[in-house]
Amino acid sequence: MSIRIAEHVRDIPRSGIRDFFEVVQSMGDVISLGIGEPDFATPWHIREAAIYALERGRTGYTSNLGLPRLRRSISDYVQRHFALRYDSHTEILVSVGVSEALDLALRALLNPGDEVIYHEPCYVSYAPSIVLSRGVAKAVQTRGEDGFSLRAEDVEKAITPRSRVLMMNFPTNPTGATMEPDELEKIAAVCVKHDLVVLTDEIYSEVLFDGGTHTSIATMPSMRERTVFLHGLSKAFAMTGWRIGFACAPADLIEAMMKIHQYAILCAPIMGQDAAIEALDRGENSVEKMRREYELRRNFITSSLNEMGLACRKPHGSFYVFPDIKSSGLTSREFSLRLLHEKKVAVVPGTAFGPAGEGHVRCSFATAMEQIKIAMERMSEFCAELRA
Amino acid sequence: MEALIDLLQQNALMPRAEMAKLLDLNVDELNKTIAQLESDGVILGYQAIINREKWETDKVTAVIEVKITPERDGGFDRIASRIAKFEEVQSCYLVSGGYDLLIIVEAANLRQAAAFVAEKLSTIDAVQATATHFRLKTYKENGAFHLMESATERLAVSP
Repeated sequence: MSIRIAEHVRDIPRSGIRDFFEVVQSMGDVISLGIGEPDFATPWHIREAAIYALERGRTGYTSNLGLPRLRRSISDYVQRHFALRYDSHTEILVSVGVSEALDLALRALLNPGDEVIYHEPCYVSYAPSIVLSRGVAKAVQTRGEDGFSLRAEDVEKAITPRSRVLMMNFPTNPTGATMEPDELEKIAAVCVKHDLVVLTDEIYSEVLFDGGTHTSIATMPSMRERTVFLHGLSKAFAMTGWRIGFACAPADLIEAMMKIHQYAILCAPIMGQDAAIEALDRGENSVEKMRREYELRRNFITSSLNEMGLACRKPHGSFYVFPDIKSSGLTSREFSLRLLHEKKVAVVPGTAFGPAGEGHVRCSFATAMEQIKIAMERMSEFCAELRA
Repeated sequence: MEALIDLLQQNALMPRAEMAKLLDLNVDELNKTIAQLESDGVILGYQAIINREKWETDKVTAVIEVKITPERDGGFDRIASRIAKFEEVQSCYLVSGGYDLLIIVEAANLRQAAAFVAEKLSTIDAVQATATHFRLKTYKENGAFHLMESATERLAVSP
Protein backbone atom coordinates (compact mmCIF):
# COMPACT_ATOMS: atom_id res chain seq x y z
CA MET A 1 0.00 0.00 0.00
CA SER A 2 1.33 3.43 -0.74
CA ILE A 3 0.45 6.12 1.74
CA ARG A 4 -1.22 9.15 0.28
CA ILE A 5 0.61 12.38 1.05
CA ALA A 6 -1.41 15.58 1.37
CA GLU A 7 -1.44 17.32 -2.00
CA HIS A 8 -0.06 20.66 -0.90
CA VAL A 9 2.89 18.88 0.70
CA ARG A 10 3.40 16.46 -2.17
CA ASP A 11 3.51 19.32 -4.65
CA ILE A 12 6.32 21.17 -2.92
CA PRO A 13 9.45 20.51 -4.97
CA ARG A 14 12.52 19.05 -3.29
CA SER A 15 14.95 21.67 -2.10
CA GLY A 16 17.61 22.50 -4.70
CA ILE A 17 20.10 22.68 -1.87
CA ARG A 18 19.26 19.21 -0.69
CA ASP A 19 19.84 17.77 -4.19
CA PHE A 20 23.17 19.42 -4.30
CA PHE A 21 24.05 18.36 -0.77
CA GLU A 22 23.61 14.74 -1.73
CA VAL A 23 26.04 15.05 -4.64
CA VAL A 24 28.59 16.72 -2.38
CA GLN A 25 28.11 14.07 0.32
CA SER A 26 28.93 11.32 -2.16
CA MET A 27 32.36 12.87 -2.90
CA GLY A 28 35.34 13.13 -0.61
CA ASP A 29 37.82 15.96 -0.13
CA VAL A 30 35.48 18.75 -1.17
CA ILE A 31 36.07 22.32 -0.06
CA SER A 32 32.67 23.74 0.62
CA LEU A 33 31.67 27.34 0.17
CA GLY A 34 28.10 26.09 0.35
CA ILE A 35 27.59 26.33 4.08
CA GLY A 36 25.05 28.75 5.47
CA GLU A 37 26.34 28.84 9.03
CA PRO A 38 29.33 30.39 10.80
CA ASP A 39 32.49 28.30 10.95
CA PHE A 40 33.11 29.61 14.46
CA ALA A 41 32.05 27.60 17.45
CA THR A 42 29.74 29.54 19.78
CA PRO A 43 31.88 31.98 21.81
CA TRP A 44 33.20 30.31 24.94
CA HIS A 45 31.54 32.61 27.47
CA ILE A 46 28.15 31.67 26.01
CA ARG A 47 28.87 27.95 26.07
CA GLU A 48 30.20 28.31 29.58
CA ALA A 49 27.02 30.02 30.74
CA ALA A 50 24.98 27.15 29.29
CA ILE A 51 27.18 24.59 31.07
CA TYR A 52 26.70 26.48 34.33
CA ALA A 53 22.94 26.46 33.85
CA LEU A 54 23.00 22.71 33.18
CA GLU A 55 25.08 22.13 36.28
CA ARG A 56 22.39 23.83 38.30
CA GLY A 57 19.87 21.43 36.85
CA ARG A 58 18.02 23.83 34.57
CA THR A 59 16.52 21.22 32.30
CA GLY A 60 12.76 21.71 32.38
CA TYR A 61 10.11 23.30 30.20
CA THR A 62 9.90 27.07 30.15
CA SER A 63 6.94 29.36 29.75
CA ASN A 64 5.45 29.01 26.26
CA LEU A 65 6.62 32.47 25.33
CA GLY A 66 10.13 31.71 26.59
CA LEU A 67 11.97 32.46 29.84
CA PRO A 68 10.83 35.85 31.19
CA ARG A 69 14.47 36.72 31.86
CA LEU A 70 15.35 36.00 28.21
CA ARG A 71 12.41 38.05 26.95
CA ARG A 72 13.68 40.99 28.99
CA SER A 73 17.14 40.55 27.46
CA ILE A 74 15.57 40.44 24.00
CA SER A 75 13.55 43.55 24.71
CA ASP A 76 16.70 45.43 25.83
CA TYR A 77 18.75 44.14 22.92
CA VAL A 78 16.16 45.07 20.33
CA GLN A 79 15.86 48.53 21.82
CA ARG A 80 19.64 49.03 21.87
CA HIS A 81 20.29 47.78 18.35
CA PHE A 82 17.15 48.54 16.41
CA ALA A 83 15.58 51.39 18.37
CA LEU A 84 12.42 49.29 18.74
CA ARG A 85 10.46 48.90 21.96
CA TYR A 86 8.57 45.71 22.72
CA ASP A 87 6.93 44.70 25.98
CA SER A 88 8.69 41.59 27.26
CA HIS A 89 5.46 40.21 28.78
CA THR A 90 3.16 40.36 25.78
CA GLU A 91 5.02 41.28 22.59
CA ILE A 92 7.93 38.81 22.40
CA LEU A 93 7.90 35.08 21.66
CA VAL A 94 10.99 32.87 21.79
CA SER A 95 10.95 30.31 18.99
CA VAL A 96 13.01 27.39 17.70
CA GLY A 97 15.03 29.47 15.26
CA VAL A 98 13.65 32.24 13.05
CA SER A 99 12.25 29.56 10.74
CA GLU A 100 9.71 28.50 13.34
CA ALA A 101 8.75 32.09 14.12
CA LEU A 102 8.21 32.74 10.42
CA ASP A 103 6.03 29.67 10.14
CA LEU A 104 4.01 30.69 13.21
CA ALA A 105 3.44 34.18 11.84
CA LEU A 106 2.29 32.87 8.47
CA ARG A 107 -0.04 30.31 10.03
CA ALA A 108 -1.46 32.92 12.38
CA LEU A 109 -2.09 35.43 9.60
CA LEU A 110 -3.19 33.56 6.49
CA ASN A 111 -6.54 32.29 5.38
CA PRO A 112 -6.41 29.81 2.48
CA GLY A 113 -5.69 31.69 -0.73
CA ASP A 114 -4.23 34.79 0.89
CA GLU A 115 -1.22 36.05 -1.00
CA VAL A 116 2.23 36.61 0.41
CA ILE A 117 4.70 38.75 -1.49
CA TYR A 118 8.38 37.99 -1.04
CA HIS A 119 11.56 38.84 -2.89
CA GLU A 120 13.67 36.38 -4.85
CA PRO A 121 16.45 35.21 -4.77
CA CYS A 122 15.73 34.40 -1.16
CA TYR A 123 16.19 31.90 1.61
CA VAL A 124 14.97 28.47 0.54
CA SER A 125 12.19 28.07 3.08
CA TYR A 126 10.12 31.14 2.24
CA ALA A 127 7.95 29.87 -0.60
CA PRO A 128 7.38 26.39 0.97
CA SER A 129 6.45 27.97 4.32
CA ILE A 130 3.83 30.09 2.60
CA VAL A 131 2.40 27.09 0.79
CA LEU A 132 2.36 24.99 3.98
CA SER A 133 0.31 27.77 5.58
CA ARG A 134 -2.17 27.46 2.70
CA GLY A 135 -1.09 30.82 1.34
CA VAL A 136 -0.18 31.74 -2.23
CA ALA A 137 3.48 32.65 -2.76
CA LYS A 138 4.01 35.70 -4.98
CA ALA A 139 7.66 36.26 -5.81
CA VAL A 140 9.01 39.68 -6.74
CA GLN A 141 12.30 39.44 -8.60
CA THR A 142 15.17 41.61 -7.43
CA ARG A 143 17.91 42.49 -9.88
CA GLY A 144 21.68 42.30 -9.99
CA GLU A 145 21.94 45.91 -11.15
CA ASP A 146 20.15 47.05 -7.97
CA GLY A 147 22.47 44.94 -5.86
CA PHE A 148 19.40 42.73 -5.33
CA SER A 149 17.73 45.38 -3.18
CA LEU A 150 13.95 45.50 -3.28
CA ARG A 151 12.16 48.29 -5.15
CA ALA A 152 8.95 49.67 -3.70
CA GLU A 153 7.44 49.94 -7.19
CA ASP A 154 7.97 46.20 -7.77
CA VAL A 155 6.21 45.41 -4.51
CA GLU A 156 3.30 47.64 -5.47
CA LYS A 157 2.97 45.97 -8.90
CA ALA A 158 2.62 42.56 -7.23
CA ILE A 159 -0.26 43.65 -5.00
CA THR A 160 -3.75 42.22 -5.64
CA PRO A 161 -6.92 42.35 -3.52
CA ARG A 162 -5.78 39.03 -1.92
CA SER A 163 -2.36 40.39 -0.84
CA ARG A 164 -1.99 40.13 2.88
CA VAL A 165 1.68 39.86 3.82
CA LEU A 166 5.07 41.09 2.62
CA MET A 167 8.06 38.97 3.65
CA MET A 168 11.48 40.57 3.67
CA ASN A 169 15.02 39.50 4.54
CA PHE A 170 17.75 42.16 4.54
CA PRO A 171 20.71 41.62 4.61
CA THR A 172 19.68 38.80 2.31
CA ASN A 173 20.72 35.20 2.15
CA PRO A 174 21.92 34.43 -0.61
CA THR A 175 22.72 37.77 -2.24
CA GLY A 176 24.09 39.84 0.65
CA ALA A 177 21.74 42.65 -0.44
CA THR A 178 20.97 45.46 2.00
CA MET A 179 18.35 48.24 1.88
CA GLU A 180 18.79 52.00 1.88
CA PRO A 181 16.51 53.69 4.43
CA ASP A 182 14.78 55.88 1.81
CA GLU A 183 13.70 52.88 -0.29
CA LEU A 184 12.64 51.11 2.89
CA GLU A 185 10.47 54.08 3.72
CA LYS A 186 8.80 53.87 0.30
CA ILE A 187 8.12 50.17 0.82
CA ALA A 188 6.67 50.98 4.24
CA ALA A 189 4.35 53.51 2.63
CA VAL A 190 3.17 50.89 0.13
CA CYS A 191 2.45 48.47 2.99
CA VAL A 192 0.45 51.07 4.88
CA LYS A 193 -1.47 52.06 1.77
CA HIS A 194 -2.43 48.47 0.93
CA ASP A 195 -2.77 47.29 4.50
CA LEU A 196 -0.05 44.62 4.33
CA VAL A 197 1.52 42.95 7.34
CA VAL A 198 5.30 42.79 7.07
CA LEU A 199 7.37 39.82 8.24
CA THR A 200 10.92 41.05 8.39
CA ASP A 201 13.65 38.48 8.94
CA GLU A 202 16.66 40.48 10.12
CA ILE A 203 18.87 37.56 11.12
CA TYR A 204 22.00 39.00 9.44
CA SER A 205 21.58 42.55 10.72
CA GLU A 206 24.72 42.47 12.90
CA VAL A 207 26.89 41.15 10.08
CA LEU A 208 27.40 44.50 8.34
CA PHE A 209 30.51 45.90 6.68
CA ASP A 210 32.10 49.20 5.70
CA GLY A 211 30.85 50.85 8.87
CA GLY A 212 27.24 50.46 7.69
CA THR A 213 24.28 50.64 10.04
CA HIS A 214 21.08 48.66 9.88
CA THR A 215 17.58 50.11 9.75
CA SER A 216 14.56 47.96 10.46
CA ILE A 217 11.40 48.60 8.49
CA ALA A 218 9.56 48.32 11.82
CA THR A 219 10.95 51.76 12.74
CA MET A 220 9.26 53.47 9.76
CA PRO A 221 6.11 55.52 10.34
CA SER A 222 2.98 53.45 11.10
CA MET A 223 4.94 50.22 10.71
CA ARG A 224 5.39 48.92 14.23
CA GLU A 225 1.72 47.97 14.48
CA ARG A 226 1.85 45.97 11.22
CA THR A 227 5.30 44.40 11.47
CA VAL A 228 6.54 41.10 12.83
CA PHE A 229 10.20 41.67 13.62
CA LEU A 230 12.09 38.36 13.41
CA HIS A 231 15.56 37.81 14.65
CA GLY A 232 17.67 35.08 16.21
CA LEU A 233 21.00 34.11 17.65
CA SER A 234 22.18 31.72 14.93
CA LYS A 235 24.23 33.92 12.67
CA ALA A 236 25.67 36.86 14.61
CA PHE A 237 26.42 34.80 17.71
CA ALA A 238 27.40 31.62 15.85
CA MET A 239 24.65 29.67 17.61
CA THR A 240 22.95 27.75 14.78
CA GLY A 241 22.66 24.46 16.65
CA TRP A 242 21.06 26.02 19.73
CA ARG A 243 17.96 26.82 17.68
CA ILE A 244 16.90 30.08 19.29
CA GLY A 245 15.02 32.77 17.43
CA PHE A 246 12.39 35.27 18.43
CA ALA A 247 9.47 37.26 17.12
CA CYS A 248 8.47 40.75 18.26
CA ALA A 249 5.03 41.96 17.26
CA PRO A 250 1.83 43.52 18.59
CA ALA A 251 0.39 41.55 21.51
CA ASP A 252 -2.68 40.10 19.77
CA LEU A 253 -0.56 38.61 16.99
CA ILE A 254 2.01 37.23 19.47
CA GLU A 255 -0.93 35.68 21.35
CA ALA A 256 -2.15 33.99 18.15
CA MET A 257 1.35 32.77 17.30
CA MET A 258 1.74 31.48 20.84
CA LYS A 259 -1.40 29.38 20.44
CA ILE A 260 0.23 27.46 17.57
CA HIS A 261 3.64 27.36 19.23
CA GLN A 262 2.30 25.94 22.50
CA TYR A 263 0.51 23.06 20.83
CA ALA A 264 3.20 22.28 18.25
CA ILE A 265 6.44 22.93 20.12
CA LEU A 266 5.54 23.88 23.72
CA CYS A 267 8.72 25.89 24.18
CA ALA A 268 12.23 26.36 22.82
CA PRO A 269 14.83 24.26 24.65
CA ILE A 270 15.82 25.81 27.96
CA MET A 271 19.56 25.19 27.37
CA GLY A 272 19.45 27.36 24.29
CA GLN A 273 17.42 29.99 26.10
CA ASP A 274 19.90 30.17 28.97
CA ALA A 275 22.76 30.50 26.50
CA ALA A 276 20.85 33.20 24.62
CA ILE A 277 20.58 35.35 27.75
CA GLU A 278 24.36 35.40 28.10
CA ALA A 279 24.77 36.06 24.38
CA LEU A 280 22.41 39.01 24.23
CA ASP A 281 23.56 40.57 27.51
CA ARG A 282 27.30 40.14 27.12
CA GLY A 283 28.07 38.91 23.63
CA GLU A 284 28.72 42.10 21.75
CA ASN A 285 32.51 41.83 21.76
CA SER A 286 32.35 38.32 20.40
CA VAL A 287 29.97 39.40 17.66
CA GLU A 288 32.25 42.28 16.72
CA LYS A 289 35.29 40.01 16.58
CA MET A 290 33.56 37.62 14.20
CA ARG A 291 32.17 40.49 12.15
CA ARG A 292 35.65 41.86 11.61
CA GLU A 293 36.90 38.48 10.52
CA TYR A 294 34.03 38.18 8.03
CA GLU A 295 34.85 41.61 6.64
CA LEU A 296 38.45 40.58 5.90
CA ARG A 297 37.27 37.43 4.21
CA ARG A 298 34.70 39.36 2.21
CA ASN A 299 37.43 41.65 0.89
CA PHE A 300 39.53 38.66 -0.06
CA ILE A 301 36.83 36.60 -1.73
CA THR A 302 35.37 39.56 -3.66
CA SER A 303 38.70 40.61 -5.16
CA SER A 304 39.61 37.00 -5.93
CA LEU A 305 36.34 36.42 -7.80
CA ASN A 306 36.65 39.64 -9.77
CA GLU A 307 40.27 38.80 -10.63
CA MET A 308 39.21 35.48 -12.11
CA GLY A 309 36.63 37.21 -14.30
CA LEU A 310 33.46 36.56 -12.27
CA ALA A 311 31.82 39.93 -11.69
CA CYS A 312 31.11 40.17 -8.00
CA ARG A 313 29.61 43.05 -6.07
CA LYS A 314 30.99 43.64 -2.62
CA PRO A 315 28.08 42.91 -0.29
CA HIS A 316 27.52 45.27 2.66
CA GLY A 317 26.09 42.54 4.86
CA SER A 318 25.66 38.78 5.51
CA PHE A 319 28.40 36.25 4.87
CA TYR A 320 27.59 35.50 1.25
CA VAL A 321 28.79 36.74 -2.08
CA PHE A 322 26.67 36.13 -5.15
CA PRO A 323 29.00 36.43 -8.15
CA ASP A 324 27.69 36.67 -11.71
CA ILE A 325 28.94 33.59 -13.57
CA LYS A 326 27.35 34.34 -16.96
CA SER A 327 30.79 35.05 -18.47
CA SER A 328 31.49 31.30 -18.11
CA GLY A 329 28.78 30.53 -20.66
CA LEU A 330 27.31 27.99 -18.24
CA THR A 331 24.07 27.95 -16.29
CA SER A 332 24.29 28.20 -12.51
CA ARG A 333 23.66 24.52 -12.11
CA GLU A 334 26.17 23.46 -14.80
CA PHE A 335 28.76 25.79 -13.33
CA SER A 336 28.27 24.43 -9.81
CA LEU A 337 28.26 20.78 -10.86
CA ARG A 338 31.31 21.09 -13.08
CA LEU A 339 33.20 23.07 -10.46
CA LEU A 340 32.35 20.36 -7.97
CA HIS A 341 33.38 17.45 -10.17
CA GLU A 342 36.42 19.06 -11.78
CA LYS A 343 37.83 21.04 -8.87
CA LYS A 344 36.05 19.68 -5.80
CA VAL A 345 34.76 23.05 -4.71
CA ALA A 346 31.11 23.29 -3.65
CA VAL A 347 29.13 26.47 -4.26
CA VAL A 348 25.35 26.65 -4.41
CA PRO A 349 23.63 27.35 -7.77
CA GLY A 350 21.77 30.65 -7.60
CA THR A 351 18.62 28.92 -8.85
CA ALA A 352 18.34 27.05 -5.54
CA PHE A 353 17.10 30.42 -4.22
CA GLY A 354 14.57 31.04 -6.97
CA PRO A 355 14.68 31.51 -10.75
CA ALA A 356 16.05 35.05 -10.39
CA GLY A 357 19.26 33.47 -9.11
CA GLU A 358 20.09 32.10 -12.57
CA GLY A 359 23.48 33.32 -13.75
CA HIS A 360 24.79 33.47 -10.19
CA VAL A 361 26.20 31.13 -7.56
CA ARG A 362 26.28 31.63 -3.81
CA CYS A 363 29.67 31.42 -2.11
CA SER A 364 29.68 31.55 1.66
CA PHE A 365 32.67 33.10 3.37
CA ALA A 366 31.69 31.63 6.71
CA THR A 367 34.56 29.26 6.07
CA ALA A 368 38.11 29.33 7.41
CA MET A 369 40.51 31.56 5.44
CA GLU A 370 42.75 28.59 4.59
CA GLN A 371 39.81 26.88 2.90
CA ILE A 372 38.72 30.03 1.12
CA LYS A 373 42.22 30.50 -0.27
CA ILE A 374 42.38 27.00 -1.72
CA ALA A 375 38.83 27.31 -3.06
CA MET A 376 39.70 30.57 -4.82
CA GLU A 377 42.80 29.03 -6.40
CA ARG A 378 40.80 26.10 -7.68
CA MET A 379 37.96 28.30 -8.96
CA SER A 380 40.46 30.50 -10.73
CA GLU A 381 41.95 27.46 -12.49
CA PHE A 382 38.44 26.34 -13.39
CA CYS A 383 37.57 29.71 -14.96
CA ALA A 384 40.88 29.81 -16.87
CA GLU A 385 40.23 26.31 -18.25
CA LEU A 386 36.72 27.32 -19.34
CA ARG A 387 38.12 30.24 -21.29
CA ALA A 388 40.92 28.15 -22.90
CA MET B 1 44.95 49.93 11.40
CA GLU B 2 43.42 47.78 14.12
CA ALA B 3 42.62 45.06 11.59
CA LEU B 4 46.23 45.14 10.37
CA ILE B 5 47.60 44.81 13.89
CA ASP B 6 45.21 41.92 14.52
CA LEU B 7 46.40 40.12 11.40
CA LEU B 8 50.07 40.62 12.28
CA GLN B 9 49.45 39.35 15.78
CA GLN B 10 47.67 36.28 14.46
CA ASN B 11 50.20 35.49 11.77
CA ALA B 12 53.01 37.90 10.97
CA LEU B 13 54.24 35.49 8.30
CA MET B 14 51.10 35.86 6.16
CA PRO B 15 52.20 36.84 2.65
CA ARG B 16 51.84 40.57 2.18
CA ALA B 17 49.81 40.13 -1.01
CA GLU B 18 47.23 38.11 0.90
CA MET B 19 47.20 40.55 3.78
CA ALA B 20 46.65 43.42 1.35
CA LYS B 21 43.72 41.62 -0.20
CA LEU B 22 42.12 41.01 3.18
CA LEU B 23 42.48 44.65 4.13
CA ASP B 24 41.45 45.95 0.74
CA LEU B 25 44.76 47.80 0.29
CA ASN B 26 47.44 47.48 -2.34
CA VAL B 27 50.71 45.84 -1.38
CA ASP B 28 52.74 49.06 -1.54
CA GLU B 29 50.40 50.87 0.82
CA LEU B 30 50.49 47.93 3.18
CA ASN B 31 54.28 47.67 3.17
CA LYS B 32 54.55 51.37 3.81
CA THR B 33 52.14 51.18 6.76
CA ILE B 34 53.97 48.26 8.32
CA ALA B 35 57.36 49.93 7.84
CA GLN B 36 55.96 53.01 9.57
CA LEU B 37 54.66 50.95 12.50
CA GLU B 38 58.10 49.36 12.81
CA SER B 39 60.00 52.61 12.72
CA ASP B 40 57.57 54.20 15.18
CA GLY B 41 58.29 51.34 17.56
CA VAL B 42 54.65 50.20 17.60
CA ILE B 43 55.80 46.85 16.26
CA LEU B 44 58.80 45.75 18.32
CA GLY B 45 59.46 42.46 16.60
CA TYR B 46 58.06 39.15 15.34
CA GLN B 47 58.35 35.84 17.19
CA ALA B 48 57.29 32.23 16.88
CA ILE B 49 54.95 30.76 19.49
CA ILE B 50 56.49 27.47 20.60
CA ASN B 51 54.51 24.62 22.05
CA ARG B 52 56.70 23.61 24.98
CA GLU B 53 54.77 20.40 25.38
CA LYS B 54 56.14 19.30 22.04
CA TRP B 55 59.54 20.98 22.04
CA GLU B 56 60.95 19.69 25.26
CA THR B 57 64.13 21.22 26.55
CA ASP B 58 65.51 21.60 30.05
CA LYS B 59 64.46 25.21 29.94
CA VAL B 60 62.30 26.34 32.79
CA THR B 61 59.95 29.26 32.98
CA ALA B 62 59.04 30.97 36.21
CA VAL B 63 56.64 33.72 37.07
CA ILE B 64 58.12 35.79 39.89
CA GLU B 65 56.30 38.27 42.08
CA VAL B 66 58.66 40.98 43.25
CA LYS B 67 58.02 43.47 46.01
CA ILE B 68 60.23 46.54 45.77
CA THR B 69 60.77 49.81 47.57
CA PRO B 70 60.11 52.68 45.19
CA GLU B 71 62.63 55.49 44.99
CA ARG B 72 62.08 59.14 45.83
CA ASP B 73 62.85 60.16 42.24
CA GLY B 74 61.48 57.95 39.51
CA GLY B 75 59.30 55.57 41.54
CA PHE B 76 59.53 52.04 40.20
CA ASP B 77 60.97 52.84 36.79
CA ARG B 78 64.69 52.72 37.43
CA ILE B 79 64.61 49.54 39.46
CA ALA B 80 62.17 47.88 37.08
CA SER B 81 64.35 48.59 34.08
CA ARG B 82 67.39 47.38 35.99
CA ILE B 83 65.65 44.05 36.56
CA ALA B 84 64.30 43.91 33.03
CA LYS B 85 67.81 44.15 31.59
CA PHE B 86 68.79 40.67 32.82
CA GLU B 87 68.68 38.35 29.85
CA GLU B 88 66.78 35.73 31.88
CA VAL B 89 63.87 38.17 32.16
CA GLN B 90 61.49 37.70 29.23
CA SER B 91 58.78 40.10 30.40
CA CYS B 92 58.49 42.55 33.23
CA TYR B 93 55.31 44.34 34.29
CA LEU B 94 54.41 46.81 37.00
CA VAL B 95 51.17 45.55 38.50
CA SER B 96 48.65 46.61 41.09
CA GLY B 97 47.95 44.45 44.14
CA GLY B 98 50.00 42.72 46.79
CA TYR B 99 53.33 43.04 44.98
CA ASP B 100 54.82 45.47 42.49
CA LEU B 101 56.57 43.73 39.62
CA LEU B 102 55.51 40.59 37.83
CA ILE B 103 58.41 39.15 35.88
CA ILE B 104 58.61 36.13 33.64
CA VAL B 105 61.98 34.45 33.70
CA GLU B 106 63.33 31.80 31.40
CA ALA B 107 66.46 29.90 32.38
CA ALA B 108 68.39 26.97 30.96
CA ASN B 109 67.48 24.75 33.90
CA LEU B 110 66.09 24.80 37.40
CA ARG B 111 69.46 25.44 39.02
CA GLN B 112 70.10 28.52 36.94
CA ALA B 113 66.64 29.87 37.57
CA ALA B 114 67.16 29.47 41.28
CA ALA B 115 70.57 31.09 41.02
CA PHE B 116 69.09 34.06 39.20
CA VAL B 117 66.58 34.63 41.99
CA ALA B 118 68.99 34.06 44.84
CA GLU B 119 72.04 35.84 43.47
CA LYS B 120 70.78 38.53 41.15
CA LEU B 121 67.22 39.46 41.95
CA SER B 122 67.05 39.14 45.74
CA THR B 123 70.34 40.87 46.27
CA ILE B 124 69.18 44.13 44.74
CA ASP B 125 68.77 46.63 47.58
CA ALA B 126 65.29 47.79 46.62
CA VAL B 127 63.92 44.24 46.37
CA GLN B 128 62.09 43.45 49.59
CA ALA B 129 60.70 40.02 48.75
CA THR B 130 60.13 37.57 45.90
CA ALA B 131 57.82 34.62 45.29
CA THR B 132 58.76 32.27 42.48
CA HIS B 133 56.22 30.06 40.64
CA PHE B 134 57.56 27.53 38.15
CA ARG B 135 55.50 26.70 35.10
CA LEU B 136 54.33 23.11 35.03
CA LYS B 137 52.14 22.97 31.93
CA THR B 138 50.90 25.38 29.28
CA TYR B 139 47.29 25.51 28.20
CA LYS B 140 47.28 28.75 26.23
CA GLU B 141 50.06 31.01 25.07
CA ASN B 142 49.84 34.39 23.33
CA GLY B 143 46.25 33.71 22.40
CA ALA B 144 47.08 30.29 20.91
CA PHE B 145 45.66 27.17 22.52
CA HIS B 146 47.90 24.19 22.98
CA LEU B 147 44.96 21.88 23.41
CA MET B 148 42.83 22.63 20.39
CA GLU B 149 39.12 22.13 20.26
CA SER B 150 38.18 19.59 17.65
CA ALA B 151 36.65 21.09 14.55
CA THR B 152 32.92 20.62 14.64
CA GLU B 153 31.20 18.73 11.91
CA ARG B 154 29.17 20.98 9.70
CA LEU B 155 26.89 19.88 6.92
CA ALA B 156 28.71 20.08 3.59
CA VAL B 157 26.01 22.29 2.09
CA SER B 158 23.30 24.02 4.06
CA PRO B 159 20.76 26.74 3.31
